[in-house]
Amino acid sequence: MNGKAATKTTDGYRGPGLAVLQRHGVGVWSDVEVQTMGGRFRGIILPRSETADDKHIVLKLNSGYNIGVAAETVKSMTEHGRRAANYKIPEQQFPIDAGKPNVVLFGTGGTIASRLDYRSGAVIPAFSPGELYGSVPELADVCNLRTEKLFGVFSENMGPEQYIALAKRIGQAIEEGVDGIVIGHGTDTMHHTAAVLTFMVQNPPIPIVMVGSQRSSDRPSSDAALNLICAVKTAAESDIAEVVVCMFGPTSDEYCLIHRGTRVRKMHSSYRSTFRTIGDIPLAMIDPQTITLFRDDYKRRRRDRNVHINPAYSDEVTMLYYYPGMKPDVMEAMIEKGYRGIVIAGTGLGHVNKPTYRALQLAMDKGVHVYMTVQTLWGFVGMYVYETGREMMALGVMPLANMLPEVAFVKLSWVLGQTDDREEVKRLMLKSIGDEITEREPYNGYLIYQGAVPEVQEFLKKIKR
Amino acid sequence: MDALPLKPFEEMTPTDYAHIGLKCGLEVHQQLLTRSKLFCRCPAGHYSSSYDAEVLRHMRPTLSEMGEYDGTALMEKKTRKNITYRLHHATVCTYEFDDTPPFFIDDQAIDIALELALLLRLNLVNELHIARKQYLDGSIPTGFQRTTILGVDGWLPFKDRTIRVRQLGLEEDSCREVSDHGHERTYLTDRLGMPLIEVVTEPEMFTPQETAEVCNLIRKVCRSTQKVRRGYGATRQDVNVSVEGGTRVEIKGVPQIWRIPRLIYNEASRQVALLGIMKELNRRGVTPDTITTASKDVTELLIKASYAPVRSAIDRNLKVRCVKLCGFAGLLNTPTQEHTIFAKEFSDRVRVIACLSELPNIVHSDSASESLWPQDWQKLRKRMQAHEDDALILVWGDDRDVQTACEEIVIRATEATSGVPSDTRQPLKDGTNGFERVLPGAERMYPDTDLPPIEIPAERVNRARAVMPEFVWQTEATFRQGAMVEDDIQRLCISPRVLLIQRAMNELGLSGKLLGVVLAQRMRALARAERRPERFSDEALFAILQAHSQERLAKEGIAWLMELILVQSTKDEITDADVIAVLDELDIQKMTDQELQCEVACAIQAADRTQFSTVAKLRRFLMGELMKALIGLVDGRRVWDCLTTTLRTVEPNLAEQWTGT
Repeated sequence: MNGKAATKTTDGYRGPGLAVLQRHGVGVWSDVEVQTMGGRFRGIILPRSETADDKHIVLKLNSGYNIGVAAETVKSMTEHGRRAANYKIPEQQFPIDAGKPNVVLFGTGGTIASRLDYRSGAVIPAFSPGELYGSVPELADVCNLRTEKLFGVFSENMGPEQYIALAKRIGQAIEEGVDGIVIGHGTDTMHHTAAVLTFMVQNPPIPIVMVGSQRSSDRPSSDAALNLICAVKTAAESDIAEVVVCMFGPTSDEYCLIHRGTRVRKMHSSYRSTFRTIGDIPLAMIDPQTITLFRDDYKRRRRDRNVHINPAYSDEVTMLYYYPGMKPDVMEAMIEKGYRGIVIAGTGLGHVNKPTYRALQLAMDKGVHVYMTVQTLWGFVGMYVYETGREMMALGVMPLANMLPEVAFVKLSWVLGQTDDREEVKRLMLKSIGDEITEREPYNGYLIYQGAVPEVQEFLKKIKR
Repeated sequence: MDALPLKPFEEMTPTDYAHIGLKCGLEVHQQLLTRSKLFCRCPAGHYSSSYDAEVLRHMRPTLSEMGEYDGTALMEKKTRKNITYRLHHATVCTYEFDDTPPFFIDDQAIDIALELALLLRLNLVNELHIARKQYLDGSIPTGFQRTTILGVDGWLPFKDRTIRVRQLGLEEDSCREVSDHGHERTYLTDRLGMPLIEVVTEPEMFTPQETAEVCNLIRKVCRSTQKVRRGYGATRQDVNVSVEGGTRVEIKGVPQIWRIPRLIYNEASRQVALLGIMKELNRRGVTPDTITTASKDVTELLIKASYAPVRSAIDRNLKVRCVKLCGFAGLLNTPTQEHTIFAKEFSDRVRVIACLSELPNIVHSDSASESLWPQDWQKLRKRMQAHEDDALILVWGDDRDVQTACEEIVIRATEATSGVPSDTRQPLKDGTNGFERVLPGAERMYPDTDLPPIEIPAERVNRARAVMPEFVWQTEATFRQGAMVEDDIQRLCISPRVLLIQRAMNELGLSGKLLGVVLAQRMRALARAERRPERFSDEALFAILQAHSQERLAKEGIAWLMELILVQSTKDEITDADVIAVLDELDIQKMTDQELQCEVACAIQAADRTQFSTVAKLRRFLMGELMKALIGLVDGRRVWDCLTTTLRTVEPNLAEQWTGT
């Protein structure tokens, strides 16, 4: 923005705050001296967040601090000039090296690249190739990077429309011949998108790497840079031709883990090390120097471009998180509203209470597809173990082995986008495409250690996590 | 070595400082006495050097709100530090190491800070905005300090003038550094997040001494609230120093006030010296535009060098590089501070920014002490195509670090052509200072998007006003009027007993002098004797003082009774009721003249007068006996007078012998 003397903007100000600005002929970015009943203040008027009250004027003092002055205490405001913020990461042309792999970075939004938004008072996505090179120049050591902003949404606003557009664009990029794809994504629903892309983009010849950050890149200790460097390196150099998530391994700034798109889940609302592979081990760990593979049962990079894009999706699927005392009307309402697929996250091995049977019966009668997963996240559905399970299966509920509830939800959405045939739906749901169902749970696939236990404390003392 | 540009520290006068245009400002940091830390619920004031786990972080510079990079941030980026944080379960949660967003700001801290803002007569802001102040040295795991301004433009009375206070901020404390070697820096996180206020004055102090005095005044204002922490590290100050033609330089984190004057003196001397060097360089035609430098890898050339540090570097396969600074010959030995020469400016930068922390880390061609052999310097001069008036600096270490070092040497040399660079400097024990980082500017401020603004309604300010203490200088004046000795005034004007003292002066008519003796000296003696005198409530002490004012208790008796009660009582708080109970139990009443005469007469009767060669000796003996019995109950003077009078009546014939002895 730059200051035009004629137009005084008043971004975000309303009510008494706006009235005071107008009364004194000043606006946002005016450098003002304010006389109030509580004394004199000097600073630049900043935009006001729309969610904040309408009673205060925000000033940036010379020291760089911001303060709020109550509009009702203002006696006079004198403008001494104007100085607008010019928030711009220094852009530099991303260097091209013919010997390096070509990677495309798709932006969907989220905190991997962001800047301040006064109106909301929060950070909003900002994304440009030059900006990225300006702030993370290490990327140029790895590849030739091209960026493309597809959407600018927070991850909670990702949905079918974006999934389909993204899958199609990935298909095109593969045909265009890129060596790897990185997708910048908000972390909240990154695992949903990773799963749905696994189903929509089948048999890709190159790595498709999802990445985000738990601390926005406007913070000095952000995880964005390391995540991005590792993701780009995975896309450029690894031979893992799958949809994966690349995010911090430990909370320490040391390495990232590469997780399979269908087995990964965000497990902490704010930790850097929030993404964990559930019920299995990750594919690899990676730091800016080295990729260390943990397994070799992954699909290899190929020279061909034979990817199969299947961007089907039905929005008539829902999820039911069972709780004790649940009444059948909750599920009945879903069925009556026309949902054709329901994924239940059941207790323990995959259970709901007896009263719910009535709703299950209705689902079967109406041809609604009901699938069972577990709230415990780790472990398999075991509907043969108890009578409850066997009764539910008789009511048409299909157990989904160790498929994660969110993965089951997006998979059922994808399947019902293609067919409504009960047997075909069942066949597709139970046929593992990208390890959403695994045959074995390895002994080290379930690790939630408890603090205070002596051997755990010993580990924590020795290993930076 | 030449002499410093200033007279020795002890000989400097205010006129001398006025002559160089010395200006000093202060940033006083004071931890607040709160239950919790500022942005999380961890307990405040718990320290532990042991740790349960470690977390590693790196820092990258980010843009300010106005879209600029901060110079300090860019400097720290060059250092490429691995920063390790030590975590102890009792002192930190996931907030401190930045894996959980902040909780709401601590209310207790805001209230204390408001009280202080009122005492410093600042214009209060109506809405607090939390800002992030970038610190890329790693002293805070987020890479920024959460901080907010409560008020601006206040003032303090000082001597016959006022010192303006620019602002008062409330912020979270940083980590304690454990070690910093090469690229590895380690911090303890226990202190991290503790609430502290920062009081910033305008640069209106003109001598080192008065800077220390103003610092002490601010500290007293803080302590007068009784709501700030005390002890080592609870108060730390940054001192801003500049001389005419120089630059504002910040000496960061001075732990004790008495260190301030010498630190200022040395910084003033350094700035004057640097200005002299600039003038000389400019005279030689070396300016920011004409400066010429070069640097080369000279490892091969020095393969047979005898100078031990270079020898050992080559043995360890490290690189040696030489920087040529054209026109700098003879200047590197210029004294800047006490026992410090200009060359240290280069060595400091190399240590801090290139992380070559093993000293010595440079050697230069002006060096008078141990260095390379002359023939090695000759070889280097030839290789570097250096003329006689050029200086050479050698630096050794890891290839990448040495490259950074050479760049930094050139940067520092360029700065020398235009005077004094804006530094943050660390105070050293000997009163000199060393480079810590480039002085940060307003560019490092960024609004905190994790927390909404906090309104400070008028009622809240009024609540703070209602509980705030009297201005400390007013208290001092009252005490001084009451003839309290200066040492006691300084102790008591910030003590929690201020109100008690004022009440005792007003209601009981007791002198400040006596109250000083009782409440400063006696209380301290009792504390040293581990009697825990802090257990006395104000009311309890008032009851004791009242007994004295009613002459039930002599001056000497006050401390005697205090100790008696402390020894007898196991209670954690001793009230006035406890004191009254003891007074009643011991039946401590005002002794009438008659009763006293009776005591004296009995004592005279009981004494074996034949034991004493003179009546004077007898009187001394009797006085001792009587005071043993009456200590605390009757004033010694009264006993002496009564004894003298009575003895006169008993031994009139001997009167002449001892009158006046």
